[in-house]
Amino acid sequence: MLVKAKGTQQSVAASRLLDGEAVWLGTGNIWVEDVALAAVFDGADAIAEALCFAKAEEKRQVVVDVYPLDVEITDQGTRPTHLRERLKGIGPTVRRDLGKQARQPTA
Amino acid sequence: MPDTHSPALRSNQPADAHAAVYRYDEFDKTFIFERVEQFRAQVERRIKGEITEEEFKPIRLMNGLYLQLHAYMLRVAVPYGMLSSTQVRRLARIARVYDKGYGHFTTRQNIQFNWPKLEDVPAILHELAEVDMHAIQTSGNCIRNVTTDQFCGAAADELVDPRVYAEILRQWSTLHPEFTYLPRKFKIAITGSPNDRAAVQVHDIGLIAKKDEVTGRVGFTVYVGGGQGRTPYLAVKARDFVPVEEIIGYLEAILRVYNQLGRRDNIYKARIKITVNEMGPAKFLGLIEEEYARLPRQKFHVDPAIVDAIQTHFAAPPWADLPAVSESFEAAKQADPAFARWTRTNLTAHKTQGYAIATISLKPIGGIPGDAESSQLETVADLADLYSFGEVRVTHEQNLVLAHVRQDDLYALWQALDKAGLGTANAGLISDIIACPGLDYCALANTRAIPVAQRIAERFADLDRQHDLGELKIKISGCINACGHHHVGHIGILGVDKKGEEFFQILLGGDAGTNAALGEIVGPGFDYDGIIDAVEVVVNTFVKLRQPGEIFIKTLARTGHAPFKEALYARA
Ligand code: HEM
Ligand code: SF4
Repeated sequence: MLVKAKGTQQSVAASRLLDGEAVWLGTGNIWVEDVALAAVFDGADAIAEALCFAKAEEKRQVVVDVYPLDVEITDQGTRPTHLRERLKGIGPTVRRDLGKQARQPTA
Repeated sequence: MPDTHSPALRSNQPADAHAAVYRYDEFDKTFIFERVEQFRAQVERRIKGEITEEEFKPIRLMNGLYLQLHAYMLRVAVPYGMLSSTQVRRLARIARVYDKGYGHFTTRQNIQFNWPKLEDVPAILHELAEVDMHAIQTSGNCIRNVTTDQFCGAAADELVDPRVYAEILRQWSTLHPEFTYLPRKFKIAITGSPNDRAAVQVHDIGLIAKKDEVTGRVGFTVYVGGGQGRTPYLAVKARDFVPVEEIIGYLEAILRVYNQLGRRDNIYKARIKITVNEMGPAKFLGLIEEEYARLPRQKFHVDPAIVDAIQTHFAAPPWADLPAVSESFEAAKQADPAFARWTRTNLTAHKTQGYAIATISLKPIGGIPGDAESSQLETVADLADLYSFGEVRVTHEQNLVLAHVRQDDLYALWQALDKAGLGTANAGLISDIIACPGLDYCALANTRAIPVAQRIAERFADLDRQHDLGELKIKISGCINACGHHHVGHIGILGVDKKGEEFFQILLGGDAGTNAALGEIVGPGFDYDGIIDAVEVVVNTFVKLRQPGEIFIKTLARTGHAPFKEALYARA
């Protein structure tokens, strides 16, 4: 959470408790493994509400390390604006055979 | 089985019976297994929701389990950097069964697994405990694990075995209740020879062995107040010579002064390096001497009997009586130029005639510095059994070492290493790069570090060119925490965030060796593509300026930074 989210469009990231997998809050309050499917919250109120739900999920042992991040909406879906958050959505760039990128041929 | 000189293998002992690793006694064993079971219960309670993440986080960190960018990470300790072949095979097994088939050796002489699942960690810890290993992290503001140089007990230039004094310091500090509440964590490094291989001047206290030319007595030069991280300092020399038997008393004096004066109000200002430099080294050293004069010295005198007792724990393996020159070794060098090249960079003189110390490069051109696959670890374990008393060492430069290889066996060893992708002849050269995990794994990173290292190594892939350049150490960190030791790289590279983009600063003139120095930022940074070209400009400038036989750091010291700056920035 080094990079402070400050834009009007934000998503919510976390790591799944059991395996540490990076996940984002999707539409319908479901955690998704693909950042392109992350729900985009517009404006302070929507962001606060989403974070509130995510924190509750932390209490329910679903995820850990919840935080908001700046995103933009593209044709390929939700795209984090900061490199660090984009890499979180892909996996190590030095091991293309590992992490999410290895599972998603489209990524 | 190939021919072996291993006395253990030829008898019925385990092949690593002589590996100088720390072996647990019954008390340690019980303690470690209890810790594993405790952690297993805590993980279960966490998963059931009986404890919160706030409660659990400090527990998992204490057990070496971190959360990184893509997954959890488990950091396993390697005390004094020593592993037996049995332990190496177990690490290989853990990587294969619970992780993704590889481990990563770090600059802290430990190994990290990058993908463990929380549910599996108790089982991993149990498997480690079975081979006398653990992931418990010393944390808190105490004296941390004392580190030593990777050639200890083997190097020809060694004056004292640093592990013995590391162990004495460990026992002294754990018996010392007031030193478990220091203002901040405290790290000590010891090199047992006059040539520093443990980067002692970037530690809170650093000791370099020294022989008094007049009396012939052995002791240490004592440095104090060094460190890396966000405010790097080189340690200052406190005393040129402290005899070995007085070393505890002298360190006691340093710790007492620091314990009274160190700042407890600000975590960023609490390390001894800040105390020394805020107060001024002369004043601080004066206080140490006053304290030392006051101390009941006899109480802190190191008893030779204790030294002998500890020395038996680090007993030398049963070296054979060998001729000084191995004819087969000399012949192999003549016959195979690639082998000859490897012997020039990857061998270090052994103190016993007929033996050599071999460095196994974990830096194949284009590879990830410090990564080793399970199969490679198993190869190293087998080779250690055959040729080096079943012992493997981990270096802070992210390589491995077989410390006791017969010269007769070196050719066979290198051929086997080469087949496994471990025979690169580049120790100490431009492609032997230290890089922290950076943004490919680390959640704190500004930039990637590994692919920068890979692209530099690829740019200079030609080994003849590398050998021609000579010793040149590049060290890369993905953020100011300096895990990649960029402050002490001959060429240091620091990743910074520039408006969400990766940017890289170049530092020149750092040195982690005997002539320790901190690098200086040479000028404005470079982008991800530009940094590789910039490194090449620096190297080409060196080639133009060097005198015959001169290595990079010497040329730089002679010419200063100006010609390098000019070459880097006047181009535009
Ligand atoms: C990926 C997870 C990692 C995290 C979150 C991390 C974080 C940090 C932080 C915050 C510090 C500064 C500590 C302080 O000065 O109080 C630090 C220091 C350090 N780290 Fe890491 N680190 C990580 C991985 C590594 C790795 C893989 C290595 C070895 C390659 C490493 C080697 C070091 C060293 C040697 C220092 C001490 C620098 C000094 O002397 O002050 N770290 N790390
Ligand atoms: S230096 Fe920074 S980026 Fe590199 S491992 Fe340490 S904390 Fe992470």
